[in-house]
Amino acid sequence: MKNPTSTCASEHLLAVEKVSCVYGGFKAVDSVSFELQPRELLGIAGTNGAGKSTLFAAIAGQQRASAGKIIFDGTDLTALEPYQRARLGLVRTFQIPREFKSLTVHENLLAGAPNKEGEQLFAALVNTQARQQRERELSEKADSVLEFLNLAKVRNVPALNLSGGQKKLVELGRVLMLEPRCILLDEPFAGVNPVLIDQLSEHIVTLNQQGIAFILIEHHLQALKRLAKRLIVMDRGSILAQGDPQSVLDNAQVQVAYMGGVA
Amino acid sequence: MIAYFVAIGIVSLIYALLALGLNLQFGLTRLVNFGIVAFFAIGAYTSALLALAGVPLLISFICATLLAGFAALPIGLLSLRLREDYLAIATLGFSEAVRITIQQEEWLTKGVQGLPGIPKVFASLGTSQADNALFVLLLALTALVAWGTVRLTRSPLGRLLRAIGDDEPALMALGKNPTKFKVQIFMLGAGLAGLAGAFYAHFITFISPEQFLPLVTFYVWMGLIMGGSGTVRGALGGAVLLMIFLEGSRFIKDWIPGVSEVQMASVRLAAVGLALILVTLYRPNGLFSGNSKT
Repeated sequence: MKNPTSTCASEHLLAVEKVSCVYGGFKAVDSVSFELQPRELLGIAGTNGAGKSTLFAAIAGQQRASAGKIIFDGTDLTALEPYQRARLGLVRTFQIPREFKSLTVHENLLAGAPNKEGEQLFAALVNTQARQQRERELSEKADSVLEFLNLAKVRNVPALNLSGGQKKLVELGRVLMLEPRCILLDEPFAGVNPVLIDQLSEHIVTLNQQGIAFILIEHHLQALKRLAKRLIVMDRGSILAQGDPQSVLDNAQVQVAYMGGVA
Repeated sequence: MIAYFVAIGIVSLIYALLALGLNLQFGLTRLVNFGIVAFFAIGAYTSALLALAGVPLLISFICATLLAGFAALPIGLLSLRLREDYLAIATLGFSEAVRITIQQEEWLTKGVQGLPGIPKVFASLGTSQADNALFVLLLALTALVAWGTVRLTRSPLGRLLRAIGDDEPALMALGKNPTKFKVQIFMLGAGLAGLAGAFYAHFITFISPEQFLPLVTFYVWMGLIMGGSGTVRGALGGAVLLMIFLEGSRFIKDWIPGVSEVQMASVRLAAVGLALILVTLYRPNGLFSGNSKT
């Protein structure tokens, strides 16, 4: 699977190289390039329709890039399926939470965990020692993730019955079960109450300090400014500006395109 | 009269096996299989032809199950990558293709004339006792399949299948490849339909293509929806309820003057349709699923 390329310097965890996504004749993403360092926390902002979520889908594999390359830790992901990318440690959450509605919160976390032993047809009918052992380990791990995300009290609640903010936390918990190296968070604060935004921000910072790199798409600029070390602003499918958050937000072009000229 | 109830019981249990197979596919994994009757027919014809050629019944039954299961592999691989409505169309088309093939390949299946003289299971016990023994065997087998389904549902694989049913792209984003699991479950459900078909052939002792119309598929769907998809008791209860409707409505004829046998068949279907509408309106989760949305 590993396919070292000359363009990917070893210090980059993720390299997006001239990626374009075209729908019909419309270029939703137009030759976007950037790199993400290990442990970096990168923010992406932009108006609706700027191509942020399409770019995420191209990186995570839900959308095939029409042109360009995506390299993750030396592996060319461009032709890989989403599940293959996730297995390499590159995971994402969605703008609108996509919880497994028929499962409880605890089961949602378990569903995402790698569990080859338990997911065999034979093991499903015959409760093997290996399956029981793996299930115990995963259950404990899911419980500790729920504890970390302050979701322990809703452990056995069907995910369908949670609030929007809690569903976003469940999605974060689900990807943490994979022990990822890079998490793409698509508007984690959208529709979330301010208390939960602070809580979620704390979790992101803690996880980042533990070594997980993040890319955050967010309209909540204050939260983004607090969290991200570097900010990219997109407009009409292209990168308009990038750099440290304050200087990017002070950029005149960004103010015109993103905030209608209002600082 | 007892023989009649035993016969109804046997047909109910055959439908219960079909419903349990569909419950795995649709109830758990949300795979819309409109071609159940194809796998039922493949099982029935495989076992009947082998038994008529002198192959022992146990081997005929095993071959029927395996062949029906493996018949689902190519259609599964081809269509499980498609959206669920395309899978529905593909399976419906497949079921008609199977029926027409059976009808046309007279050298093997005797076409529309059908296959008579299929040996009964436990034939040495005499007709009445053979049916009683078959009923007990089917009851035990259905219980075994139901137990297996409950175990599967509660296992990590069952959890994964429910997640596939809920949101497949989200599961793929978590490193799981749903296609492999969907094909497995599609084949397992088809194998169960094949086994049910084998039991049907050896109980009725005569099979012809007109017994394998898409209506059989929709009877199984009606049973599962009325009983409650996603639960074993829903599948089992739905199959029994369907049989009560189909057979019970035969007796209504005696109380409705001036209705011919042919007209009564249509009334029966209308009654099943009405029941289905009422259940979906007032008990959308089914009559035996335990919790209703209303």
